[in-house]
Amino acid sequence: MTDASVPTPAAQAERLGRLEAGLKRRHAREGRFKLYGRLAIAFAIAFLVILLGRIGLQGYSAFTAHSVTVPVYMDTTRIDRAYPAGTNFELLVAEQQLARWGVADPDGSNAAALRSLYSSELKFAAAERVSRSPELLGRSTPISAPLSDDADLYFKGEIKRSTPEAQRRLSDQQMDWLDRMKEEGVVQRHFATALFTNGDSTEPELAGVLGAVIGSALMLLVTALIAIPLGVGAAIWLEEFSPRNRITAFIEVNINNLAAVPSIVYGLLGLAVFINFMHLPRASPLVGGLVLALMALPTLIIATRSSLKAVPPSIREAALAMGASRTQTVFQHVLPLAMPGVMTGSIISMAHALGETAPLLLIGMVSFTPGLPTSIVEPAGALPSLVYIWENASERAFHERTAAAIIVLLAFMVVMNAAAILLRRRFERRW
Amino acid sequence: MLWLVLALLVVLCAGAFAAGRALAARRAEGGKAHSRPNQHAAYALIWSAAPAIVMLVLGAVAAGPVTQKLMLEGAPEAVQTLEPFRRQAFLGDAHRVGQGLEAQQLWEQPYAELLPAEGRRAHRIESTLTWGGAAAVILAALLGALFALSQIKASMRARNRVEGWIGGLLFACSVVAILTTLGIIGALAWDSLRFFQSVPPTDFLFGTQWSPQTAIRADQVGSSGAFGAVPLFAGTLLIMLIAMTVAAPIGLFSAIYLSEYAGPVTRAVVKPVLEVLAGVPTVVYGFFAALTVGPAFRAFFNGIGAQLAGGPLDGLGQYLMLVQNQMALVAGAVMGIMLIPFVSSLSDDILNAVPQSLRDGSYAMGATQSETVKRVLLPAALPGISGALLLAVSRAIGETMIVTMAAGLAARLTFNPLDTVTTVTVQIVTLLTGDQEFNSPKTLAAFGLGLTLFVATLGLNLIAQRIVQRYREQYD
Repeated sequence: MTDASVPTPAAQAERLGRLEAGLKRRHAREGRFKLYGRLAIAFAIAFLVILLGRIGLQGYSAFTAHSVTVPVYMDTTRIDRAYPAGTNFELLVAEQQLARWGVADPDGSNAAALRSLYSSELKFAAAERVSRSPELLGRSTPISAPLSDDADLYFKGEIKRSTPEAQRRLSDQQMDWLDRMKEEGVVQRHFATALFTNGDSTEPELAGVLGAVIGSALMLLVTALIAIPLGVGAAIWLEEFSPRNRITAFIEVNINNLAAVPSIVYGLLGLAVFINFMHLPRASPLVGGLVLALMALPTLIIATRSSLKAVPPSIREAALAMGASRTQTVFQHVLPLAMPGVMTGSIISMAHALGETAPLLLIGMVSFTPGLPTSIVEPAGALPSLVYIWENASERAFHERTAAAIIVLLAFMVVMNAAAILLRRRFERRW
Repeated sequence: MLWLVLALLVVLCAGAFAAGRALAARRAEGGKAHSRPNQHAAYALIWSAAPAIVMLVLGAVAAGPVTQKLMLEGAPEAVQTLEPFRRQAFLGDAHRVGQGLEAQQLWEQPYAELLPAEGRRAHRIESTLTWGGAAAVILAALLGALFALSQIKASMRARNRVEGWIGGLLFACSVVAILTTLGIIGALAWDSLRFFQSVPPTDFLFGTQWSPQTAIRADQVGSSGAFGAVPLFAGTLLIMLIAMTVAAPIGLFSAIYLSEYAGPVTRAVVKPVLEVLAGVPTVVYGFFAALTVGPAFRAFFNGIGAQLAGGPLDGLGQYLMLVQNQMALVAGAVMGIMLIPFVSSLSDDILNAVPQSLRDGSYAMGATQSETVKRVLLPAALPGISGALLLAVSRAIGETMIVTMAAGLAARLTFNPLDTVTTVTVQIVTLLTGDQEFNSPKTLAAFGLGLTLFVATLGLNLIAQRIVQRYREQYD
């Protein structure tokens, strides 16, 4: 280095200029890099907003529904006194309505077209009214019933007149009638209680989520009763009792792998073992709960272990020093202190199990199950599988209902997660 | 019946507890007992409950298969020669008739005639099993309790024995994890073996034609040729690649920004948002992909196609105008978004684990923050991050709902993201929902696919965990 020449002032200035230009370039690069990070996060957040917003927009209209109140003349020539439910009330009402409006109906096609605007609920409501108070026969009485799904969509603006007539489910004439009903003031828009009080149905205006909610609740009950004791027990053993040997290592590797096994594989397991081998009832909350319990177990064990690990060893040493046995130490000192963490972990894993769909498809929970489930061994639906069923349904009215079912599902998950967060805030202790 | 047995069992256990306590107090009179009365009582309780619970579980597992076997063995010739699927339905209806319920379907002769008798037989078998099981459970509880009570004396180390039992119970809980794995492998391997008896594994793994729907017909290409899973593997791979092109850069950049640039406030806001994204059920992503993203992409490509058609790129334009709602790109993009929080939280952990001294050294040499990230942090964290990406890949391969709802069913050997493709998981769902016939290769194929999926994801997980583990140890 001794013969290195002293740089001339010109070379020095040139070097400084190069450095400065490089610095500018480097800073620009720095800014770009930071921008990429911001963009990535903005993208994720934007997507979440679009997802939730879109579902909210699609689903909110399902929370209201349109009903119609029509005076029904209980025609004794048409209604069988002994069996009122056998009467075609929708047609009867349609014919009476056409007569009131003075619309001629030579071949019955008009009555058929008008009749399809009423929900079949009208028939049940009228039949029930008649069988409860037979004195109404021969008189006229007002009856309220939902409108059919297409009529409901028309009033909500989902079916538009601007669409060519051949491409929509309502004819111009039917739309005129609906407008006329609206003008007469017999159509009411109200909160869709049916959505929350009914089970699944093939008719969108009568389909509700209650059956699926009960099914999901029964299933989660089974899951919790099995997964939480097993998971906590396993975590305690691994964290507090297990000797360091091959078996323990094997179990740990096993649990880590099970946590990453695709959920559909658990569905195959449930199908092969619980249904085809043990012959447990297909599509029942019992089988669903068992499968979800096996699936939730690894995450529950991992969460419980970490909260047990958070209890400082000094607590254990103190208890042992006072003469407590290992079991007493764990069950009387460590576990109570770890309880908030255990509960938080349990709730979060239950919330996860609530949203799981793939295994339910394989154990038969995608078939249509009307009515409300009554026991854990009868076929039942579940909220996520209801979303799947409704998404596949061809009627357009099911689209908004699918979004509404998703909103209900998300609401349950939000409540569970909020409970977990509250528990953590309230009871978590930092050592 | 079950509730009655359970109630009786609770009463018995409570009795054993009380008796154990009283007995321990009496036998210890005068001298000093090793354990306290409550510990003796717990010992008696365990001995009455444990055998009974073992019997209960055994009964629950065995009742179904045993009933099935007995019903089948005593069944008339006509029933035994039915094809398996209908035989199952017949036995199911016999069970319902025996319970006093309506049969689920109308049976032709001679089955309609056989049904009442079979129903009575089903009822007899079931009630015998139920009563036998109940008696066995109660007997087990009684014998266990008597044994424990006979053991109680002042010098017995009841506490140690109870704690031994508790330890055993906890160990049993952790063994469930092994049992689950064994169950998965057993179930998948058993049914896959039956599948591979009719379709050779090489045809399954390397065949390029997948059309299980026609496998029942006699005049088809040949049942072995229709079960080539290569198109499914290709579809799975394609969707996985699309998902990773979305998830890897976005997840990684979010993680870098969160761990290196963001202040505590930004972190406090962004992390929960990403957690929400991770908590959304996959069926919701599927719904969004099918009803929002799919139509939007389709309109976009059809629009471009309409612009191009008629010009020099007419062929491409015609093709784009025919693009459908269901395509690999939609499923892959939405799945990628689902994976963003997964990638970002794992990478965030890994970046945070890189020691501060490495950063400080880099800054001291005059490097900017981005240069530090690119030249120091990422190389140092590379093994960990590649492990995280592998875990995300395994997730993408096993993901079911999004692809079921948005990718389609056509088994096509293509790498065009605008085509409809199908994946392994979609086919499992399709083969096993709806009417199934339990011994046809069609349904068994689902288990073959399941086994392939399980082996692939297991391999990826093992590798990824090994990598992450080794990397963690590096800085500890």
